[in-house]
Amino acid sequence: MTTIDPHAAGAGVAAGAGERTGGLAATVADWVTTTDHKKIGRLFIIDSLVVLLAMAAIGAVLGFERIDASANTIDANALPQIFSMYRVVLTFGVVAPLGLGLAIAIVPLQLGARALAFPRLAASGFWAWLLGSGLVIGSIIANGGPGGGNPDMVDLFLVGHVVLLAGLVAAAGAVTTSVLTTRAPGMNMRRVPMFAWSALVGSLGLVLMLPVVVGTLVLVTVDHKYGRTTFGGNTGVGEWLGFAFTQPATFVYAVPVFGLVADTIATATRRRLAMRGVALIGIGLVGSAFLAGVAQVDAGLRRDVLDASFSDALGDFVPFAVLNLLPLVGALAVFAVVMQAVAARPRIISPFVFSFLGAAMVLVGIAANALYHVGDAQLADTVFEEGAWIAVCYGAVLAALGGVTYWGPKLWGRSIADKKVLPFALLGFFATVLATFPYFVAGFADQPGGATTFDYGGPQDLWNTLSTVGHALMVLTVIGFVALALRSFATGAHAGDDPWDGQTLEWATSSPAPANNFAEIHVIKSGAPLLDLKPAVGSASMPAQPARGDS
Amino acid sequence: MHALPAAPVPAPRRQLFVGTSLACAAGATLYGGMLALFLRFRHATLAVPQSEWKPAGVTVPEVATNTMLISFLAALVFAQWAVYAARRGIRSHTGMALGLVALVGVAVVNSQAFVYGQMHLAVAGGTYQMMFYTLTGTFLALMIIGLVFTAVTAFRFLGGRTEDREIVAAHAMYWYFLGAVYTALWFVVYVTK
Repeated sequence: MTTIDPHAAGAGVAAGAGERTGGLAATVADWVTTTDHKKIGRLFIIDSLVVLLAMAAIGAVLGFERIDASANTIDANALPQIFSMYRVVLTFGVVAPLGLGLAIAIVPLQLGARALAFPRLAASGFWAWLLGSGLVIGSIIANGGPGGGNPDMVDLFLVGHVVLLAGLVAAAGAVTTSVLTTRAPGMNMRRVPMFAWSALVGSLGLVLMLPVVVGTLVLVTVDHKYGRTTFGGNTGVGEWLGFAFTQPATFVYAVPVFGLVADTIATATRRRLAMRGVALIGIGLVGSAFLAGVAQVDAGLRRDVLDASFSDALGDFVPFAVLNLLPLVGALAVFAVVMQAVAARPRIISPFVFSFLGAAMVLVGIAANALYHVGDAQLADTVFEEGAWIAVCYGAVLAALGGVTYWGPKLWGRSIADKKVLPFALLGFFATVLATFPYFVAGFADQPGGATTFDYGGPQDLWNTLSTVGHALMVLTVIGFVALALRSFATGAHAGDDPWDGQTLEWATSSPAPANNFAEIHVIKSGAPLLDLKPAVGSASMPAQPARGDS
Repeated sequence: MHALPAAPVPAPRRQLFVGTSLACAAGATLYGGMLALFLRFRHATLAVPQSEWKPAGVTVPEVATNTMLISFLAALVFAQWAVYAARRGIRSHTGMALGLVALVGVAVVNSQAFVYGQMHLAVAGGTYQMMFYTLTGTFLALMIIGLVFTAVTAFRFLGGRTEDREIVAAHAMYWYFLGAVYTALWFVVYVTK
């Protein structure tokens, strides 16, 4: 017990008992009307994991179709819609809400706040997201996705999309406002925990980028509703909205991954994070990808760019660098900081393994995106882009599973056994690599993206089989992780208040965190407030003084 | 383990004002993106020789649209007056200023309806018509949100919560945002056409 509250045996268990005393109806009503940020965050996390299961399965089916298109596993007319559903739902139904859910649940605890700013806005954001997701999936099933044959269902798809995005913007607005206004006294922006900082950067990116998607959607919806074809009718939907779920815009949804890996490595080493400022700037640079979503510009380098005139080459290079290289530089900066900490031989804790491997795959996706936009690589319209997208999405998911493992004690009061969950980190990483890298190779061999019939030289069945196996392994990973998490959080060992020996404020309250998080507000004097109170570990540890640039 | 030092309850950090600012930023990117698409299609259409963007024979009632712009200037002055009066605790002035903001807002909505009536456009008539109605319709939706914001602010303040000055400042911020949106709409749709 570090500081503050009465022990969990009183707080957490009592809260759980209170939920049960009114029966099922009262419990449901409690969850539906809740304004407790921890519950809202859990709703986001659990529902996105359920959707993830379905989407990973669809990814496997699409991969199977690519191996043998003649098998006709999926009706040829439905294929474009299935591809669209896979893209839209994995991006907006899994990756974005998973990161937001973790942020909503944990950021107020990290900030030393008693509540989330605008909790009702965040709660309504969740329900809007859930409703919108249902409408999108339902309309696609009813032949209403991009290219769908049922005009009413296409309209429903578009409206559902608007509702879904409005929900995400509302939730992101609550997170952003929380970081800007509810920090504990003394916690200036340089002392904000890494995950909270990344949540701020990612949420702000969502608040600025997703309304552009909504505006486009409104125009496309009116155009389609009134039978016009300005935006390409039912087939133009993907063309006009595609920028929101392709790189580099997708990096914005994955920004929290970098905060998570920075927080967990600091915990694993039991030391202050060196070059904390570099990590803060790096996370900010990854977030600059929102510019790509706002500008809707696909900034690539033309072929034979070195033969172009200086002004033409410069005209290509500046937007290419701003939209594609800045996030890469940011991700590399965060990794440099993390690798420096890794050199100090950290403890092997499962949250760090999950988040490190996940962040590594996101980094691969960011680097692949930069390569994809180099004209001389001749990768345009190939499946290489899909490989980058899967790397970002599955990498973000993998890291988020690490987040659930890390902060599970604060949300459920119990821990997942480290040794039991570690294999899932490795399996998930293996699945992500398998789902991703074969598409990179196939992209260089000119396999077209979003298609199931193609013929090019080389072992094309091999690449698509490997990728399909990767998706299938991801399904196994998620099923295994969720089963283990359910069992551990229901009947596992009670976690202590600070089971990881953490450095940030969430570990200063009881597990699970009580309704108002903290009994008292505390003064913060560094970026690792709990480390200020703990004895240094070993002679090599940094002294318990605010690090340079930390105060 | 030592306890962290307890702190006094921190001063509020203008949560509503920050939240409203974020909402305004989101609204700005939403509307900016829509205007950018309007300009893109306009440019693509006019690039084709002898093609027309705005249907021939359709006249924009510029008196009404210019009056709306001037009305916004007045609304912003009134919204700022409400902030000024609220800071000094002058309840009657605050209420009067918020009432005037609402009055001007209703007048702007009425003017937009008048513009619709004068232009006689059908939504399905063409790309210009579709985009015209979508842009002005979105603006009207933002205006209605603004009017609800004004009503909530007025009722809270007049209901006795005079210490809640932040909401009056947030309200003024939202109306500045509305003014910026209409100015962009006016220039792109009504002036550039």
